[in-house]
Amino acid sequence: MIELSGLTKRYGEKVAVNDLTFTVRPGIITGFLGPNGAGKSTTMRMVLGLDRPTAGDVRIDGRHYHELKDPLTYIGALLDAKAVHGGRSAYHHLLCLAQANGIPARRVHEVLDTVGLTAVAKKKAKGFSLGMGQRLGIAGALLGDPRILMFDEPVNGLDPEGIHWIRNLMKTLAAQGRTVFVSSHLMSEMALTADHLVVIGQGRLLADTSMARFIAENSRSYVRVRTPQRERLLDVLATAGIAVAPGGGEALEVDGDKAEAIGELAARHQITLHELSPQRASLEEAFMQLTAESVEYHAHDGQPAAGPLPPQGQAQGQAQGQGQGQRPWGSDWRKG
Amino acid sequence: MSTPQPPMPQAAPDRWAAPGPAYAGYTSPIPVVRTNLMHAVASEWTKIRSVRSTLWTLGVFVLLVVGIGLLVGGVVAGTEADLSGSNPLELGFFGLLLGSMCIMTLGVLTTASEYGTGLIRTTMTACPSRGRVLAAKGLVFFLVSFAVTLVSATLVAVAQVAMLPGADEPSGEDWLRSTVGVSLYIALLGLLSLAVGSIIRHSAGAITIMIGLLLAPLVIALFMFSESLKDVQEFLLEYSIPNQLSVFYANSLSDSGPSGWGPLGIILGVTAVVFGIAFVLLQRRDV
Repeated sequence: MIELSGLTKRYGEKVAVNDLTFTVRPGIITGFLGPNGAGKSTTMRMVLGLDRPTAGDVRIDGRHYHELKDPLTYIGALLDAKAVHGGRSAYHHLLCLAQANGIPARRVHEVLDTVGLTAVAKKKAKGFSLGMGQRLGIAGALLGDPRILMFDEPVNGLDPEGIHWIRNLMKTLAAQGRTVFVSSHLMSEMALTADHLVVIGQGRLLADTSMARFIAENSRSYVRVRTPQRERLLDVLATAGIAVAPGGGEALEVDGDKAEAIGELAARHQITLHELSPQRASLEEAFMQLTAESVEYHAHDGQPAAGPLPPQGQAQGQAQGQGQGQRPWGSDWRKG
Repeated sequence: MSTPQPPMPQAAPDRWAAPGPAYAGYTSPIPVVRTNLMHAVASEWTKIRSVRSTLWTLGVFVLLVVGIGLLVGGVVAGTEADLSGSNPLELGFFGLLLGSMCIMTLGVLTTASEYGTGLIRTTMTACPSRGRVLAAKGLVFFLVSFAVTLVSATLVAVAQVAMLPGADEPSGEDWLRSTVGVSLYIALLGLLSLAVGSIIRHSAGAITIMIGLLLAPLVIALFMFSESLKDVQEFLLEYSIPNQLSVFYANSLSDSGPSGWGPLGIILGVTAVVFGIAFVLLQRRDV
């Protein structure tokens, strides 16, 4: 269990982490999500006692990190896969970590085997690919067989097979009753692995909720309709009390799972439909909406910002704009 | 990419595959050990012996000390000069002066290179007691550099005494000073570099500072021609590291200034102070 209370880190005027309070619980994977520069890594460094908090407190199983006498058996962390001496072999890198915590040397061979680096154990780390570096970092985190695991962007630079492997590893670790805390800037990645979600933006807590609840509240379902008889369909739907919003171009959008009702209405009134498709807004979009105001480094496409939503192929932005009066996504459930 | 791709583990070993009791909290089969300084020392020993830079710096050091020592001995032995009244051990000075730069480099690298790679974060995660990490680094480095210097200096001393039968027989204290004495001095100089590396956190910067400290006072003093700077010049000459080193061979640029075992006391004091600063900064700063 990792408990953060009022954790704050300031670098001069700049607030990197602002009053974070949440708990990472055992037995599940907790995703730590935020755009680049949101303060995820700073938070993780404070958990490990590397950076001193300006204010607030973080405890691991009730204790401060520096009070842990054999920290690697409590908490294993992958912060930066490149944080190895390039001239040292994978085996020696892990051995010196093991020795610092009185972990037997045979454990080094075990973790090398677990991450699949046995064949290159004697090779210098500077010859490693990014994916192999990540594996070495994960081997270091697993070295003490700890109850708590913390991974900072573990899938960065991994090939699909490696990503699959990490996901399964994290799930297995959590199923064994361990605490797994993993950061990412990719919502799609988290949706596949995390059970619980902590979202931060510009160092501030934006959400602390279960994944299932986040999905339920944020993946808006709607029906996309295209018809050559647009005015007639609008009349019919209005009569039936179904609210319609303009989609992109010719299309119309109707909130909810009303595809069948719309189809039946159209058939009854002999209206030709070119498209009738149920849609779901992606979680990635919900995440971007949630953090839109707090993204530190915006990329601009050369046009003045039309709205909070970047163009995504489908024109759901307009529908939301109409339906929700340009409020950012997530502002509703953030209260709840 | 020429590196072999690691085999992908299709199934994780049993430990990971077996789903444990949910929520019961995980208990590891790995023995829990209350760690102490010796664990950190073992870790630092593994670190220092598992990188090529140790081999290189110490190899070049031995080459310089022994090579130059034998060379100078050979040259002196080849001349017809009357050697009576001179101490053959003092010919070891030149090799050690040059070699000390290797020890200083290794000292800096022991601490500063970890900041360059980011490894220091992993190190401090494995051992949250920062003072213990610095102490272990210092201890391991000091013992290694002292041992290597002692062996090289003794080797050169024995060879030179054998090569120069015409010279005086050195006394017991001469022997002690030119072997154990200089070795302690060089190792402490390396330890000072290690502390500076920990403060500066940048290998090239710290090495530059140390080389400057070694050479600058002497070079600057050489060009102090003004009469009003006489005292400063004298101080710089007498307390420059090369002059302090030569005191171990009962040589000195002047009659005042450090003598006997004095330089050892000076370097011990300076190293202790700088090490203390490194220690305090390490506690205060973010890693």
